[in-house]
Amino acid sequence: MKRVTLFSGHYGSGKTNIAVNYALGLKKEGLKTLIADLDIVNPYFRTRDSEGALKEAGVEIVVSSYANTNVDVPALPEEMYRIIDDKETHAVVDVGGDDRGALALGRLAPKLMEENDYEMVFVMNFYRPLTQTADQLIQVLREVEAASGMKVTALLNNSNLGQATEPSDIVKTDALSKEVCAKTNLPILGTTVREDLLPLIKGKVFNPMPIKLHFRDAWAIY
Amino acid sequence: MADKVLMKGNEALAEAAIMAGCRHYFGYPITPQTEVAAYLAKRMPQIGGTFLQAESEVAAINMVIGVASAGKRVMTSSSSPGISLKSEGISYLAGCDLPALIVNVQRGGPGLGGIQPSQSDYFQATRGAGHGDFRMLVLAPASVQEMASLVFKGFDLADKYRMTTMILADGTMGQMMEPVSLDMGEVKAYEKPWAVTGTKGERTHNIVNSLSLLPEELEQWNIRRYEMYKQIEETEAMHEEFMTEDADIVVVAFGVAARVARNAIVAAREKGIKAGMIRPITLWPFPKKVLFEKAKTAKAFISVELNMGQMIEDVELSIRCSRPVYLCSRTGGMIPTPEQVLQSIEKAAKENGGDKE
Repeated sequence: MKRVTLFSGHYGSGKTNIAVNYALGLKKEGLKTLIADLDIVNPYFRTRDSEGALKEAGVEIVVSSYANTNVDVPALPEEMYRIIDDKETHAVVDVGGDDRGALALGRLAPKLMEENDYEMVFVMNFYRPLTQTADQLIQVLREVEAASGMKVTALLNNSNLGQATEPSDIVKTDALSKEVCAKTNLPILGTTVREDLLPLIKGKVFNPMPIKLHFRDAWAIY
Repeated sequence: MADKVLMKGNEALAEAAIMAGCRHYFGYPITPQTEVAAYLAKRMPQIGGTFLQAESEVAAINMVIGVASAGKRVMTSSSSPGISLKSEGISYLAGCDLPALIVNVQRGGPGLGGIQPSQSDYFQATRGAGHGDFRMLVLAPASVQEMASLVFKGFDLADKYRMTTMILADGTMGQMMEPVSLDMGEVKAYEKPWAVTGTKGERTHNIVNSLSLLPEELEQWNIRRYEMYKQIEETEAMHEEFMTEDADIVVVAFGVAARVARNAIVAAREKGIKAGMIRPITLWPFPKKVLFEKAKTAKAFISVELNMGQMIEDVELSIRCSRPVYLCSRTGGMIPTPEQVLQSIEKAAKENGGDKE
């Protein structure tokens, strides 16, 4: 397991939720863990929305003090250098969406590559309108690499339609996921599946991984 | 495209505009609607359309006037303070009888306010979008699917009546993600003999203008428009009802407030209170008749809003103050909780005899 795990991807593909799940998972295994929000794009739905669950589990949170406030500036967390300096702690990094969001990673890239103990995961959701084909997705992946100055090292299929996701929706994307894998020569870590759907999907997609949906607001149910 | 895609509200409305035949977008970034511009910046070049980030909101709305004059479907979007900047242009659109679609993904105000969701531009949208005697069609989506379908509908209404349609959304509607079907059906084409498209030497030239040199003439223009508005009030009001059939307590809410209220109504029913909801989909024209009829059997009304109480005035006017109307609201970027709405329902029920079976 690498010390630093970076979750990058197309805007709205589920990076934040995956980062929160992954950080909680590391902590459960007894590892000293921090989660860092490098998103400089999204105004709502930030790591801080899960502050309660993360703090309770003992995951340290590195977020800009302006996140979730009315200060509308693309601010990075004051403590972001802990990602590279604090070698005793596993860092889970929620990178902003697309090339614009990944730009902020460039600042850490030389140090991360020097230490060479990281995984840069590219999160895929083939139900997002601008990444519906393997080629569209690879284009965004290359843009993210160019902006961040780092190479993606692994893929993660997080295809979903939110709360309405049916098992067959996920199964349908397995071939696309493998196509990206073949065209980029990158390994796929697995396919995220909401916990309750897991029994219905075993054996039908590559390496199903259980995931919890965090941040459910009252108004989200309709 | 797949049957359904997972979209942000801002993306859904942008894609729906394309499907409605809009090939011209002019805007200026502002949270929480910036994704509209970001999405169209990628999509418009793919389909031969025009995406232009103007130097300001004022410039963008004047570009909208230009394209609308030429008879093409055109859109601009912004959030609260940006809409205020556009208000002069919105008035000119009305004065010129030009169809256009304007999106307001509201944030907290007044002034620069904040970036969190709000519905505090209700007065502005339904009353004071600019100077002069005029109305805008105002549509209020309550889901990402409606962000798409009401944009499609909004373009149609704009062309049909040669009016501005405003989509009055809020930050949550813009930012939240839900599955969307983009099967919008056929685009209805409207003849636009008034458009300034060049005479080719075959006809006298058209004039698009909001200046009148004679007060008698300007009065007649306004009277004609108001005759049309009256007809629109009769035919175009849209609403949705939820558990209203036997309701003693009727919640009136639009957009994100309606989503919160719906949960509270289910909870109230479980407690034996006959609560229901009327959700206005058009804020102008306001579904007055439905509320007026409902007041004959309901005991009290509650207006749930993300502001200090604006739509409540339309609720009171619609029922001609025949029943008590309570306000349940948060403001400044805060969203009421289902518990808060439930408390209001319980209070209204208790004070008006709606708490007994």
